[in-house]
Amino acid sequence: MDAITVRGLGKSYGDVTAVAGVDLAIRRGEVFALLGPNGAGKTTTVEVLEGHRRRDRGEVSVLGEDPGTAGRAWRARIGIVLQTANDAAELTVRESVRHYAGYYAHPADVDEVIERVGLTEKAGARVKSLSGGQRRRLDVALGIIGGPELVFLDEPTTGFDPEARRQFWALIRSLASTGTTILLTTHYLDEAEALADRVAVIVGGRVVAEGTPATLGGRSQAKATVSWLAEEGPRTMLTDTPTALIAELSRGRELPELTVTRPSLEDTYLELIGETR
Amino acid sequence: MTTAQATALPSPTRVGLSRGRIELRQFFRQREQVIFTFTFPAFILVLLASIFNGTYPDGVSVGQVFSASMIGAGIVATSFLNMGVGVALDREDGTLKRLHGTPVTATSYFLGKIVLVAVASLAEVVLLLAVGMALFDVTLPTDPGRWVTFAWVFLLTVVSCSLLGIAISSIARGAQSAAAVTNVPYVALLFMSGVYITLDALPEWMLRVGSLFPIKWAAQGFRSVFLPDSMAVQEAAGSWEHGTTALALGAWCVVGLLLCLVTFRWTNRRG
Repeated sequence: MDAITVRGLGKSYGDVTAVAGVDLAIRRGEVFALLGPNGAGKTTTVEVLEGHRRRDRGEVSVLGEDPGTAGRAWRARIGIVLQTANDAAELTVRESVRHYAGYYAHPADVDEVIERVGLTEKAGARVKSLSGGQRRRLDVALGIIGGPELVFLDEPTTGFDPEARRQFWALIRSLASTGTTILLTTHYLDEAEALADRVAVIVGGRVVAEGTPATLGGRSQAKATVSWLAEEGPRTMLTDTPTALIAELSRGRELPELTVTRPSLEDTYLELIGETR
Repeated sequence: MTTAQATALPSPTRVGLSRGRIELRQFFRQREQVIFTFTFPAFILVLLASIFNGTYPDGVSVGQVFSASMIGAGIVATSFLNMGVGVALDREDGTLKRLHGTPVTATSYFLGKIVLVAVASLAEVVLLLAVGMALFDVTLPTDPGRWVTFAWVFLLTVVSCSLLGIAISSIARGAQSAAAVTNVPYVALLFMSGVYITLDALPEWMLRVGSLFPIKWAAQGFRSVFLPDSMAVQEAAGSWEHGTTALALGAWCVVGLLLCLVTFRWTNRRG
């Protein structure tokens, strides 16, 4: 059974159409990334799925229920990781995680969750004293303390330094390895590539491509670019059969500065969002 | 499985009480909050009662009158100001948005706020009474009837002003705007309701405007609790007007509740 199915989702704010017919199917246990430029409709889509926003059109099912009408029991099964919250500044990390644990029927162990997000050393510190990255880790802890089946992460690593991002990715992977379904929005392509089983690209309120990071937008079938340094200077050729091309060129010799590249996820993505503009 | 989980979720009451504990902890850890909302009325009381002195016939000092009135003003601060700014801040810093993504209901959230307001307001009364008793000859009434009056004036004031605070927080665009939107009418009404200035010094029109709002009735109600009955003639109507007080504060409870139901939002954005 799918964790999330969306058909023909539409949402407008006054005259502005934010989401213009999104279809999605996200399987249980999958890490799914929504990519798209700012204002593409990612956040609106996710907020509808979280039950934070009403939709104008379409059918939505999240863990078998309509988020527009689902009740407390449903909200106990999802976890939402906020990306801009600054609440609970005066509480300590442990106090706030323990307090949130009290909302659920079967919460995870408080100290275990704190350890999982790497905040054990900060457990007794006031939330206001945390760094940006630590604060987001606390957000994850609060999002998973109820033992959710599905976790929403909306642009979780915006503003992180590279090391903090890597640590955060490891945290998300460990969460995914326990079978939790994860829906992630991001505009970092390396993040989608590192974490997601499947990705969908949203542009102008519509899904323009969907697939695994390796096959998105026909990426795996795209022509390979073979470059090398020939006697007369650098050469580049586009080919469907790079292995055969190299065998023919080299005939056992070393080809200096040989590279074979396929379009990166970023190339594919930029092409996809460029096409529709 | 879903039903099994639903029945096992902690009850909204239990969650609400747990929120109350966490709200109190946060309130009393916030130094600005404690200084401005909580000790400010006591500070103003000391200033006012030290500037104006004199006695009414019957030996009642101006300090006693200020002390009684300031109890009304103090619990309006711990209810109206506290809710107006507090709920706006919860909306701005993501508290409400986060709660909306958990099994916490609006009922539990507001139950937590009720616990906060009740405890903070009672503590406010104790603080102001302590100052009044130590410096301005305030004595605790011994007649149980006066404590009954105290109870209902306290309850109606705190409920009506909390609800109005919550409603005004929805009108405000953010926490900073909420601080202005709540403090300006609060301070203006403290003058017009005879809290900062004795009633005999107020022009007629100010008394009329003041008597439209809860602070005047709260202050008058507490004067009727802590001052001898001979002081009733000093009131604008020449009596304590318990019936009108209950009616005015009760009406504001209804208006406040309606405004809350119409305006409450989980986030700052619309849609």
